[in-house]
Amino acid sequence: MIVLNFFHSFLASIGRSTLALLASIGQLTIFTGATLSHIVRGTFYFREFGLQLLRIGYFSLPVVGLTTLFTGGALALQIYAGGARFNAESVVPSIVAIGMVRELGPVLAGLMVAGRVASSIAAELGTMRVTEQIDALTTLSTNPMKYLVVPRVVAATLVMPLLVVVGNIIGVMGGYLVGVGRLGFNSATYIQNTVDFLVIGDVTSGLIKAAVFGFILGLMGCYNGYYSGRGAQGVGQATTNAVVSASILILSVNYLLTELLFPA
Amino acid sequence: MSSVPKISLEGVKKSFGDKHVLAGVDLDIATGESMVIIGGSGTGKSVLLKCILGLMKPDAGDILIDGKRASTGNRDAFLARFGMLFQGGALFDSLPVWHNVAFRLRQGSDRLSMTDARDLAILKLRRVGLNPDVADMFPAELSGGMQKRVGLARAIAAEPEIIFFDEPTTGLDPIMSGVINELIREIVVEMGATAMTITHDMSSVRAIADKVAMIHDGRVQWTGAIGDIDDSGDPYLDQFINARAEGPIERVR
Repeated sequence: MIVLNFFHSFLASIGRSTLALLASIGQLTIFTGATLSHIVRGTFYFREFGLQLLRIGYFSLPVVGLTTLFTGGALALQIYAGGARFNAESVVPSIVAIGMVRELGPVLAGLMVAGRVASSIAAELGTMRVTEQIDALTTLSTNPMKYLVVPRVVAATLVMPLLVVVGNIIGVMGGYLVGVGRLGFNSATYIQNTVDFLVIGDVTSGLIKAAVFGFILGLMGCYNGYYSGRGAQGVGQATTNAVVSASILILSVNYLLTELLFPA
Repeated sequence: MSSVPKISLEGVKKSFGDKHVLAGVDLDIATGESMVIIGGSGTGKSVLLKCILGLMKPDAGDILIDGKRASTGNRDAFLARFGMLFQGGALFDSLPVWHNVAFRLRQGSDRLSMTDARDLAILKLRRVGLNPDVADMFPAELSGGMQKRVGLARAIAAEPEIIFFDEPTTGLDPIMSGVINELIREIVVEMGATAMTITHDMSSVRAIADKVAMIHDGRVQWTGAIGDIDDSGDPYLDQFINARAEGPIERVR
């Protein structure tokens, strides 16, 4: 009897979790659809959009720049050490460039900006929810989706490719500094190898990824903040959920996009 | 006074899971009348306000404004008829005070220019007793009482027909509460607006109300003129207005 009761409550808890998960997926799907539909119709708040471009783009430059600079340097060291086993040290410039532009630039920028921006958006919108500012917007004949969500999601989507371009340049420069300063590469040869092996497809694939990651982190920040629970704990949870869900989605979508853009 | 009520609630119900917050609220508010809704915490007063504004969808019942269903017609035009003072002010942190006050006036096709909106905001700030210097400050720089006044200025900025006040004196000292109550009464009379106020504060009830409705157990327990409140003969209302611990209203100990 005890075993049966335990089995029953175990099944019930699985059922409850599954229902909660499905409800969340449904709510997120509806929220995504509403965001996309509000992007293409009705009022667009340019002032809010401009502010978000500044907040998400300009103020994320130091984070993205520092992350890619050190990663580019570390990548050069790793490839040099690994390549030495096959007498292939000369591939350092090309692998650093391809690795940064195709993969590390967009993914690292996506994760760093998710940490900085998705959390901040979720905390801001969550606080607005808790303090009834979102309700106030509605009573002032302003659609919160249009005023709060659309400018943030559009700004994140458009600004991420620009951040990644800057991040790629700094990342390659990090590899160059280590390659020339530490590993003894000739400066001109390093630059020549970098340019020769990089094709336009490498750059565009990275930029496509960046735009998708921007959409994801903007959306997850807004979604978690918009549906934040009550009180300080609710806002804290929304912030954590925004960063965790954005990061997981960025990493999983990165794999799917890589499969799509570079099929084996 | 028109025979069609400005706001009419007919059997409004709203539940959250197993909890039946509104179990069939019937209430009429005449044009130009100041109705104050009282009742214990968690009896659904704020939910009722949000249902009228369409911020929440009632499970059943009808909400009529001037005899027409609130859920039909143009939503923006519907909301333009309302002003609302939220419990915590709900001022937008990222915008200066004047922008908060003039927010609605800067929306839509017939929006005011920045200069006109600012001038009007300053006029409304003066009306609620605030100095024009406050206009360029941010809400976080203001005291609780000043934030309530700014919220009040925002609620009346577009001169709405109907104004809702959600706990207008919560968190304020008795003197500031008196000032806010007086302002609300003056403004409602001056504008000829229909007002609906939610409060626990009996000094607010006596200062603001033309009529009072008490909500208990999801329904309107008693409704009548403010002058009748002390001789209602309703044990629930008596217990509530006299703040007695003993009586028919169950307490959570």
